[in-house]
Amino acid sequence: MSTQLAQRLEITIRMVVVAAILAVIIAVIAGVVSGVRRDKPIDIGVTILTFMLLALPTFWFAAVIKQAAIALNEHAGTHFYTIGDSTPGYSLYASSSQVRWDEITHLTLPVLSLALLTTSGWIRYQRASTISVLDADYMRLARAKGVRWPTVIRRHGLRNALIPLVTIVAIDVGALFGGAIITEKVYVWHGMGEFLNGALNAEDTYSVAGWVMVSAIFVVVFNFIADLLYAVLDPRIRLA
Amino acid sequence: MTTQPSEMQLVVPGAPSPATPDEFGAPSMSQGRRALRTYLRSPLSMIAFVVFAFIILFSFIAPHFYHFTYTTADLNARSLHPGKQGHLFGTDGTGFDLLAQMMRGTQRDFIILLVSSVIAIVLGIVVGALAGYFGAFVDNVLMRLVDVMLTIPALVILIIAAERFPKLGALGLGVLLGLFGWMGLSRLVRAEFLSLREREFVEAAHAMGASNMRIIVRHLIPNALGTILVFGTIFAATSIVAETSLTYLGYGVHPPDTSLGLLVSNGVDAATTRPWLFYYPGLLIVVIVLAINLIGEGIRNAFDPRHNRVRD
Repeated sequence: MSTQLAQRLEITIRMVVVAAILAVIIAVIAGVVSGVRRDKPIDIGVTILTFMLLALPTFWFAAVIKQAAIALNEHAGTHFYTIGDSTPGYSLYASSSQVRWDEITHLTLPVLSLALLTTSGWIRYQRASTISVLDADYMRLARAKGVRWPTVIRRHGLRNALIPLVTIVAIDVGALFGGAIITEKVYVWHGMGEFLNGALNAEDTYSVAGWVMVSAIFVVVFNFIADLLYAVLDPRIRLA
Repeated sequence: MTTQPSEMQLVVPGAPSPATPDEFGAPSMSQGRRALRTYLRSPLSMIAFVVFAFIILFSFIAPHFYHFTYTTADLNARSLHPGKQGHLFGTDGTGFDLLAQMMRGTQRDFIILLVSSVIAIVLGIVVGALAGYFGAFVDNVLMRLVDVMLTIPALVILIIAAERFPKLGALGLGVLLGLFGWMGLSRLVRAEFLSLREREFVEAAHAMGASNMRIIVRHLIPNALGTILVFGTIFAATSIVAETSLTYLGYGVHPPDTSLGLLVSNGVDAATTRPWLFYYPGLLIVVIVLAINLIGEGIRNAFDPRHNRVRD
């Protein structure tokens, strides 16, 4: 069972890590921009978009993206992989770099749907914390010293505004290592989520226990990383 | 909504009329009334509310006037495109009318939403109020219970619980979602109570001989109403999405009954060949959840003092 879990964990990590990095980048950029340009057209656009994404059921959105990719494949001649984490049996005759490339291209669609859905909530957090940071006295002081506004936002504002995002990202990403259960099912990936689902259907208590163990470790580890990051972002926070 | 005099109320007893603008140019009114007014004046929130109310009323009233029911399959009318033979939204592979099923599904989802929200809100308020008001030992015990329940991801708890009870149905699913969804609210209510119980009006109520029960119900809960309502709407939206996810994984509502989640899950397999089965119920879910979220955002703004600019 442990070899099976390790293999599935590797597949899930591939998906989750790439999706999380993409989601954080989108969340920070979109959140800061819409917070700084509050109530301007770009903020309203981003807000509507995030609410749309928040309202989408995961599997429906994933399936819509899959359908769109299939339509593109048929009409525009692109080659999006819509099923599986890698081409079965490919590793038997292809070189290892070809296998890696095959795995990377299989990532596109699941990562896209997972990243867009996870980032929608994060954008809201980043926007709210950016807005509250903009009112702070140290922002006005930095501006009064003559620092240019974009630099003030980047160096003084963003750094403080990132703390709430770190918390929520740690919680969400930690939970995702237990498997993006639904995304995996739509794209037929053989990851941690499918493992749990199979174990539950087979009433295999030990497999479920093993799964809980592994995913719990990731939840704890990511919360620990978040605690360390607080101190990096804000030196006033001291870890005793 | 609330009987608490707000900080805004500068009118002395015996003043001509409570609606007369005072020296700051705003009529004095209770916190609840002011929130309601802010809400009614925000166009987006009102549109969301009207859309939501319309969908729910339509799903409960329209089936009585529609010539197809969700239980009868017409084997001569299988896989009809929308609009053919009087089936407004088409039919599925067995000959069930999609519109009739969508109305039934909306009804069931509304029941799930209602049951789960009521259970979650009641449990959340009770646990949060006890922990926040009495503090000390009660607080410690209840909050450690909450911590334990928060440790395991919600979807996994729900899958395991739903797997134990296969014949759950919509009502059971609502109860389940409620029983595992109150923890967030209990923390919010506790935090509110921790600060509210130190206020002067609580002391005044104590001095006048009010019981703990009365202080909690009449004075503290109305003051935490904004937080509670916002949680309620967000939770309602999540419980619909949770229902669709659970049903998609095979643990939620089962035929012959139907729900929006079940309709979309069945539609996923037919997305290429019979797209209407996939897109119509999915879009309906998106519209409902979007409307609920916007209602929640409206309530949040209405209770947020930063949005009540008096001298606008």
